[in-house]
Amino acid sequence: MPLLPAILLQNSSRLVSLSSVDIAIIVLYFAAVLGIGFYLKRFTKTGEDFFLAGREMTAWIAGLSFLAANLGSLEMMGWAGAAYQYGILATHWYWIGAIPAMLFLGLVMMPFYYISKTHSVPGYLKLRFGESSGTLAAVCFGLMTVLMSGINMYSMALVMNVVLGWDISFSIWASSITVAVYVFLGGLLSAIFNEVLQFVLIWFGALLISIIGLIEAGGWTGMVARIKHNFPGQDYTHLWSTLGSFDNNPMGIHWVGIVFGLAWVISFGYWTTDFLVVQRVLAAKDIRAAKMAPIIGAGFKMLVPFIVILPGLLALAVLPEHLVGQDQVGVSGSHSYNEVLPLMLARYCGPGLLGLGITALIAGFMSGMAGNVSAFATVWTYDIYRPFIRKVAPDAHYVSVGRWCTLLGVLVSIGTAYFVMQFHSIMDYVQALFSFFVAPLFGTVVLGMLWPRATPAGGFWGLLSGTASAIGLWAWVKITPSALQYVALSPKAKDMAENMYRALWSWIVCVIVTVVVSYLTRPKPVGELTGLVYGFTKLPSESDVPIYQRPIFWAAVVAVVFVVLNIIFW
Amino acid sequence: MHRSGMVSIWFFIGVLLLVYGVLILGAGLYGLSHPPAVVLAELHAGVWWGVLLILLGTFYSVRFAPLRGR
Repeated sequence: MPLLPAILLQNSSRLVSLSSVDIAIIVLYFAAVLGIGFYLKRFTKTGEDFFLAGREMTAWIAGLSFLAANLGSLEMMGWAGAAYQYGILATHWYWIGAIPAMLFLGLVMMPFYYISKTHSVPGYLKLRFGESSGTLAAVCFGLMTVLMSGINMYSMALVMNVVLGWDISFSIWASSITVAVYVFLGGLLSAIFNEVLQFVLIWFGALLISIIGLIEAGGWTGMVARIKHNFPGQDYTHLWSTLGSFDNNPMGIHWVGIVFGLAWVISFGYWTTDFLVVQRVLAAKDIRAAKMAPIIGAGFKMLVPFIVILPGLLALAVLPEHLVGQDQVGVSGSHSYNEVLPLMLARYCGPGLLGLGITALIAGFMSGMAGNVSAFATVWTYDIYRPFIRKVAPDAHYVSVGRWCTLLGVLVSIGTAYFVMQFHSIMDYVQALFSFFVAPLFGTVVLGMLWPRATPAGGFWGLLSGTASAIGLWAWVKITPSALQYVALSPKAKDMAENMYRALWSWIVCVIVTVVVSYLTRPKPVGELTGLVYGFTKLPSESDVPIYQRPIFWAAVVAVVFVVLNIIFW
Repeated sequence: MHRSGMVSIWFFIGVLLLVYGVLILGAGLYGLSHPPAVVLAELHAGVWWGVLLILLGTFYSVRFAPLRGR
């Protein structure tokens, strides 16, 4: 027996067992992504090629890659588990918690990112507010990106251990070396190519669960009836009607938190300023493609609940056992919420289809990790290495630095994964740390783009104080749990609600400090705002383009579908 | 992507879907005589999914084949 299958099959303690066809499908996937990396190396010669994929991606490629970088396997499994735990409320993170922000990015913010010719979001801040704001954003982003990548890596390896019985170290090293090789070789070009491939595989690997699940449950109506029968007295299938009170829904959240915390601050912060996703759109071939890419991504994002949330709901209807929280797994002997997607995969998928489903999970993990690593390499090279370590060097030198940064990022991620293995609680802290930064960053970027009066000092102090206030609020609740009633406006609020409100407060602090400091300090000369700020930037006219090819038209189509979906599932 | 000489990503996707389709169809056909221990095995999902992947894979492999544009 060849070595690799022998390793894959070595552990008998597992949720599902793979046949030789399944293993062949997985091995072929690894061969394909590596092959693409080797093939694309010849096209990756300049810094523009390596860090921005030559800026020649079509709207479709950039849009699918934009979404795939976010659609990691942990995202899939985590939200499928959340759907089992909280019901259809989890869909808010895909609809109101994503679509408005993605459309705003495409229509309003993308032109400034694109026209300024920045390589990164910290790079934009540097152009708009100066070195200090850009560096603060770059250091925070770089650090958090590799830490998050390591945590995701460990979590994924843990899932592979539980589901397939794979050795944790084997999962960590095999997947991360593969990602390191193809990003090292082809940079963002290779990452984007593989993300589109991974996006297609994720859909074909996961879609069948929903289709067969609906057949088994008797369609949507049958599924709802079964859930009511299995979990009497709880409403798992309405999006908004249970959000009038913290007590009425399984998430313990109020609509104010969803609308202002999630939909406004967290969602806009993530989708419009997290360089991990924005980098994909910066690679678009022209400004219209850059505007269309997030809109195409939004169209597909609306469909993702069909392969992520619906399996969780179907599990509520058809699984004979009741799943439990991770902390109760050892006590009750049941499976955890987080295993719902693999459980449903094992329920419906025989040989071949199971391999495709597992490949979808691995592909999701790799697309997320490649996104982290390529974004880290760009921010490190352009926003830290070039301004502070070597200001002037040939383009080839920076490409070389980017390549080695890719390996460095992967190695730090692996180190983080092993660190988390020893200290599990660090996982919660780092994820919280990441969320601290996103909401204030959105405040700083959006004021920078839309308010000419915002000054460099205002931008820097707003960002710093917003981040500090988020950390302060988090620490306050950790030290004094009763502070939750002030931070989240209710002592009954759960973790998710606390996150929403903390983000909202930190954003408000960032905006207030930015405005106050800006009025107290001298603004930048008008000439320095050209290409960076609304009102001082000439945006290309689209009047010569047919209406059906304009971004605003497709954004309106997506917005109408978004509203209709929310009404249908109200 | 329209860079000169670069093979389209859709060609790679097409080839992989085609190969996967053949493998999954083969496993599905084997399952007709040896049904897998899954719920609703009588639907023979592997056969239908395999055929779908083969059709899509063939379309993309041919439509975006490297030699077509030369």
